[in-house]
Amino acid sequence: MAVNRMFRTCPASGLVFHEPAENLMKANAVAAAVSLLVGGILAIGVTLTRWQAVHMLPPDSFYLFLTAHGLNMLVFWIIFFEMAILYFTSSTLLKCRLAAPGIGWVAFWMMVVGALMNNYAVFRGDSSVMFTAYAPMGAHPTFYLGLILFAVGALISCFVFFATLVVAKSEKTYNGSVPLVTFGAITAAIIAVFTIASGAIILVPTFLWSVGFIDHIDSLVYRTVFWAFGHSSQQINVSAHVAVWYAIAAIVFGAKPLSEKVSRTAFFLYICFLQLASAHHLLADPGLTSNWKIFNTSYAMYLAVLASMVHGLTVPGSIEVAQRQKGYTNGLFEWLRKAPWGNPAFSGMFLSLIGFGFLGGISGVMMGTEQLNLLIHNTLYVPGHFHATVVVGTTLAFMSLTYFLIPVLFRRQMMFAGMAPWQPYVFGLGMMGVSLFLMGAGTLGVPRRHWDIAFAGNPLPYEFPGSAWLMMALAGISSIFAFVGGAMYLAITVGSVFFGKKIETPGFKEISAQQGMVGRPQPAAAPADTTVIAGHQGGVGAGGMCMVAPGTFVLAIVFLVSFVLYYFINWKYLSTVWPLR
Amino acid sequence: MSNAIQPAGDHEVFEEPVPPMQQLLDNPFLLLFIGIAVPTVLYIVLGVMEIVAIPIAK
Amino acid sequence: MSAILPPPERVWWKQPLDRVEGLWIGIALVWCLIMFFMMPYWHVYGKQNLANEAWRTTPEAYMKKAEEVVAKYKVREETDQKIPVVHPPAGSDVYLVARLWSWWPILELEAGKSYRIHLMSMDWLHGFSLQPENINVEVHPGYDHVMTVTPTRAGSYSIICNEYCGINHHTMASRLYVK
Repeated sequence: MAVNRMFRTCPASGLVFHEPAENLMKANAVAAAVSLLVGGILAIGVTLTRWQAVHMLPPDSFYLFLTAHGLNMLVFWIIFFEMAILYFTSSTLLKCRLAAPGIGWVAFWMMVVGALMNNYAVFRGDSSVMFTAYAPMGAHPTFYLGLILFAVGALISCFVFFATLVVAKSEKTYNGSVPLVTFGAITAAIIAVFTIASGAIILVPTFLWSVGFIDHIDSLVYRTVFWAFGHSSQQINVSAHVAVWYAIAAIVFGAKPLSEKVSRTAFFLYICFLQLASAHHLLADPGLTSNWKIFNTSYAMYLAVLASMVHGLTVPGSIEVAQRQKGYTNGLFEWLRKAPWGNPAFSGMFLSLIGFGFLGGISGVMMGTEQLNLLIHNTLYVPGHFHATVVVGTTLAFMSLTYFLIPVLFRRQMMFAGMAPWQPYVFGLGMMGVSLFLMGAGTLGVPRRHWDIAFAGNPLPYEFPGSAWLMMALAGISSIFAFVGGAMYLAITVGSVFFGKKIETPGFKEISAQQGMVGRPQPAAAPADTTVIAGHQGGVGAGGMCMVAPGTFVLAIVFLVSFVLYYFINWKYLSTVWPLR
Repeated sequence: MSNAIQPAGDHEVFEEPVPPMQQLLDNPFLLLFIGIAVPTVLYIVLGVMEIVAIPIAK
Repeated sequence: MSAILPPPERVWWKQPLDRVEGLWIGIALVWCLIMFFMMPYWHVYGKQNLANEAWRTTPEAYMKKAEEVVAKYKVREETDQKIPVVHPPAGSDVYLVARLWSWWPILELEAGKSYRIHLMSMDWLHGFSLQPENINVEVHPGYDHVMTVTPTRAGSYSIICNEYCGINHHTMASRLYVK
């Protein structure tokens, strides 16, 4: 076989990189960072316009910026980065050559061309239709064509990923089951296939409609199928960033999953049910019955929420166990206090976990409740929620992963090493502020995607309460922090990747895939599977509540109590609203 | 696959069968099928059927 | 580094659960079921449920019905654009038209009475957002969405559009009066 068999072993991490896979990871990561840069610059325009005291842009530019910001962030930055993660978790973690790197490059260039074409359409000025592009509001044909090209490219990348799994299995580069992180990536890839297929189902006819081959697109069908793409694409993120949490816990602490069975079953629940949450967007729409709404919006009885709650316990739980084994056993929280808070890979990951759970998770379930959705549908609460999930959750997790990847994948020393420890805090806390204040404004009824909440010049204006204006100002100020954090990230990563000091790899040599095969495992696989037992010894004494991770359990209970309180406060609020039936 | 061997006390060395649920989780293509079929049926197909069934106004 | 390595055991499915996981799964599952059953519970015992009643129709047919109601129950006009204010009898069908970029007509309702309010768009998607009450409903073109609303407090309310509908989206605001 004429395949490239260049492998190198990273001396610092022991990871094995296949060169063609490595190049694809780099290319995708760089494209992701460029999208993040573009989206970030656009974010300034959006946020400083919403802050009424500044009100920077005129309406047409505001809507244009908002459209481009949404697409570059929600689609291009995140999916490019996810493709890098797919290559990393298949080729690198399975120590396997990448199947068909050539096709991987075709996919990459399709995605690049698609992203450029879509941005071209938006910046022309006639396609300010937002990320959602709800028909019958139409955009320039290149808008849809760009998205379709990008999606098909991403789909091809997913199949390169699946093909690599097949190669790894048949060439026996690993034994037994794939690593948990790879399993998380499989979950993400499966959701990606569903997402992209749904995108194609709706965007292809919409493209044909935009060029005049079809004369009608039904708005309700569009919204239903579009959200199978729009919302599920964010579910790819959830699966991917949960996999990244596990990876960082493993890399930084050597943490082992509390139990493979529980974590994998939780991912399995994602595979089955996470995509159903696309119905969150249709709870206030006519015509769909409450049966469909309730079943889908609850991910089939909240089984995917259950899965997230499990991951939210097992990731910090596995860190706690690893820390306790290192001797941080005092009290409930010594393991957490003595965690490496100055390591941006860890602090970013942990802020991502907390922000995703407390802000994104709780608010997401609230808005995804059929009746409660009436209170916040299409208000700024929605962007508030997804800035907690996609930005604090996914983006911050991806950022923390890059701190690990710069020396390992790009083989560069980190530049601005004094600044890096601060970056996750500035970005994470700033963005948590943005989420919180946007949600606050949304609760007060402020609409999303709205240029002027003062309704200047309108004969029948609505006067929002002063607190809503305050929320918008606070969101603006927080977003400046977040923006500075984002700029720090790009300075560190771009600086390191292009100008950082090269790390020479003494062990670099070609080895064939055959040599890359693992040997037969040692029959006595005992030392590794003693987690549970060893963990027990690290628990709090021999009292009645002997747990491996008591501190995490306490944190989980704090989470649950906040969840329950917030959930029922909203029902209480709903009960005061005008009766509707 | 006859790789790992569980030391099983004083028994003879034997291969413990892999439980069906683990076999499912180890099979990415079966998972791919489930992950596409479930939401396609429950969300898209049922949803579009409901939309199509909306009655025409009198 | 085990989450990034294959599991060490060939069969990991039979590994026993630790108590912290088992307990948490139990608690979380109960909570998930509570949240799930809250929705059907509210359909039976709660008062705020969005109606499922919807009809497929055309902008022309819908506009005709709206105009009939306006002709019958118009009480006055407001603003320079002479937007009619409609005071319909309790229990009647009231049609609210959403279009680029206005709501038509203005409704005047009575507190404690119920009305069948119809919502539909003539062109693109719009968002019905009643402030400060905070009732938010998506408005589609081609689908007449009927909900029975019972205002509880007298006052002047605003209807704003909260689904992006083009360049003048932010100017789409109107009133709703409750006597």
